[in-house]
Amino acid sequence: MNSNSTPAQVSDPVGSKETPPQTSPEDNRRDHWALRLLTASSAGRNLGLVLAFGLLCLVGYATAPERFIDVDNFMTILRLASVIGVVSIGMTFVITGGGIDLSVGAILALSSVWATTLATQTLADDTHWIVMVSTALLVGAGCGLVNGLLVAYGKVVPFIATLAMLASARGLAEILSDRRTQIITAQGFADFFRADVVGVPVLVIMFALVAIAGWVLLNRTTFGRRTFAVGGNIEAARLAGINVHRHTVMLYVLVGVCCGIAAIMLMARTTTGSSTHGTLYELDAIAAVVIGGTLLSGGRGTIGGTVLGVLIFTTLSNVFTMNNLSISAQAVAKGVIIVIAVLLQQRFANRSSSP
Amino acid sequence: MSDRTLPLRRRLLMSTAAMLTIGVVAAGCTSNTPEAVNDETSGNQNAASGSNDETGETVTIGFSAPAADHGWMAQITAAAKAEAEKFEDVELVVAEGTNDVSVQISQVETFINDQVDAIVLLPFDGAALTPVALKAMESGIPVINVDREFESPFAARATVLGDNYGMGVSAGTYICEQIGDNKDAVVAEIAGIDSLPLTQDRSQGFADALSDCGLDVDNRVAAEFTVESGERAASNLLQAAPQIDAIWNHDDDQGVGVMAAIENSGRDEFFVVGGAGSRNVMEAIQSGDSLIQATVVYPATQGADGIRLARLVAQDKALTDLVEVEVPRKIVLYAPVVTEENVEQFLPTAFQS
Repeated sequence: MNSNSTPAQVSDPVGSKETPPQTSPEDNRRDHWALRLLTASSAGRNLGLVLAFGLLCLVGYATAPERFIDVDNFMTILRLASVIGVVSIGMTFVITGGGIDLSVGAILALSSVWATTLATQTLADDTHWIVMVSTALLVGAGCGLVNGLLVAYGKVVPFIATLAMLASARGLAEILSDRRTQIITAQGFADFFRADVVGVPVLVIMFALVAIAGWVLLNRTTFGRRTFAVGGNIEAARLAGINVHRHTVMLYVLVGVCCGIAAIMLMARTTTGSSTHGTLYELDAIAAVVIGGTLLSGGRGTIGGTVLGVLIFTTLSNVFTMNNLSISAQAVAKGVIIVIAVLLQQRFANRSSSP
Repeated sequence: MSDRTLPLRRRLLMSTAAMLTIGVVAAGCTSNTPEAVNDETSGNQNAASGSNDETGETVTIGFSAPAADHGWMAQITAAAKAEAEKFEDVELVVAEGTNDVSVQISQVETFINDQVDAIVLLPFDGAALTPVALKAMESGIPVINVDREFESPFAARATVLGDNYGMGVSAGTYICEQIGDNKDAVVAEIAGIDSLPLTQDRSQGFADALSDCGLDVDNRVAAEFTVESGERAASNLLQAAPQIDAIWNHDDDQGVGVMAAIENSGRDEFFVVGGAGSRNVMEAIQSGDSLIQATVVYPATQGADGIRLARLVAQDKALTDLVEVEVPRKIVLYAPVVTEENVEQFLPTAFQS
């Protein structure tokens, strides 16, 4: 991505698809009413994903019937998906807005480490564990703010700005923690975040809340519409009176806060803060967002697709473990799924995007 | 423009991101990976003491090890320094820990130029440090190689190695003893980074020891030596195996996550054996109320052993408990099982994860 990429990102994907009433074989096919109905719904737009997810569950059911189809197992999948899920929802916003954030994993690590330093934990002991929670959120937001300012006002390409943050945030996390695993001593913190509410882990509920909030924010608010506008055509957005700089900063702060939330969730899951937390999350999140149907070039994004994308990857590793298959086999399957999902996505997207 | 250029740019972006992250990962692995572990030998009452300990001619020993980026490696350097302190006749020169091979090479070259009496070297990469170690040996400075072996036998006067295969054997043998005659027992294994030779050695030793008593590994998952990966792998493992009798977890660093997952599942029908030997795991063993019953040690005191050997070699002494006139060429350390009974012996030298 270099600076002249912006106009290109803009003009394209949405536009080119909406263009032309030329007759092509595609047109004939899309006239079929069932297909039209299907593709008009949001499930239709995510049809490729739903199919892939269904297939995966089917494989799970066929290979390990009792163990896979089990409430406990589904809760485990959801719990494991929750951390990367929250990160991916933040990432959906940034990518939809035409940016990218490579620093999510590092921000998560830094937030977790900062929130579990001896000083913070002692402070939390004296007052309330909410101190740890707010520390994580503030650190996440702060890192996001730095990213946003660099991108919006410093004119640094998002790829580079967040790459720099990736390196320095993880480095700072290592310095803060002396590369040691910091164990959380506050019992109240563990009691609250590791609990179940009527059988549903608190982490899963947090993921659901973030997903719903994300969906509303993206699809039902001015903020969401501006995000599409900025990502679709930054010049047009500016001419339409949107303060694109401020909006870009807000997007990066938003993903930073998501990383802070994810850090809290990961701290609860592992009972620790560590500079190794969130390693490679940037790739997992980008993969989930992209197979979910969000355009990497911005202008189009879907929260539902992202959630499905995250669930597919988490279920995949669950099904593979059920069958005692190796990590390497999992990696291959992951790659294949990314390609298949994107290919299916493109087919359905092409059909459904016509008016 | 261009349905055509966009995908290209996208692809470039993705692949660059991938490459960058792979770089980061590779760095992360190496730092976290190496046989994370523990230590035992030095500092306990059994450790060497005898006529060799009497002050002799003063020797200067150069010490170089990778950066102290995880608990085990930090302990390596700390234990080496502590050991040198015990001897009035040892002057230890410690080079700044580094994961940069070229920096480490130049550190060894400095030792050669300064004409130290011996060098203790835990190379970041055994192969890459072989030439400079050879150079030191050729110039008459004995090199004691620790933990990661050089490629040439001529590059070191003596070598001290941990035993990854032996860790697997110790863990497997202990589980065999605990389980007894139950041939249907379910044994699970949580490995570290699967692509590393050390992980493969550990797993091989474990499988061999289990098959010796008619057991096998029923469920195997691999984590990445990090707390988070341990939690993830263990969560899935617990779902995959509804009933388990014993779990061996290769690494106590990732073990914190493994135990968090077990606690979350509320399961307690099995016992857990750790690996490496971190302080918090030993304390859990000592408390007696944890599912962790034992851990197998990968000594973090091998750097300290290196210091002792270097001193002996430089002073022309022998290992007094052996008949031989000269210090042996290679010492492979044992991987002992730490249980509630003997944990006190090992705690003083345990590393902080």
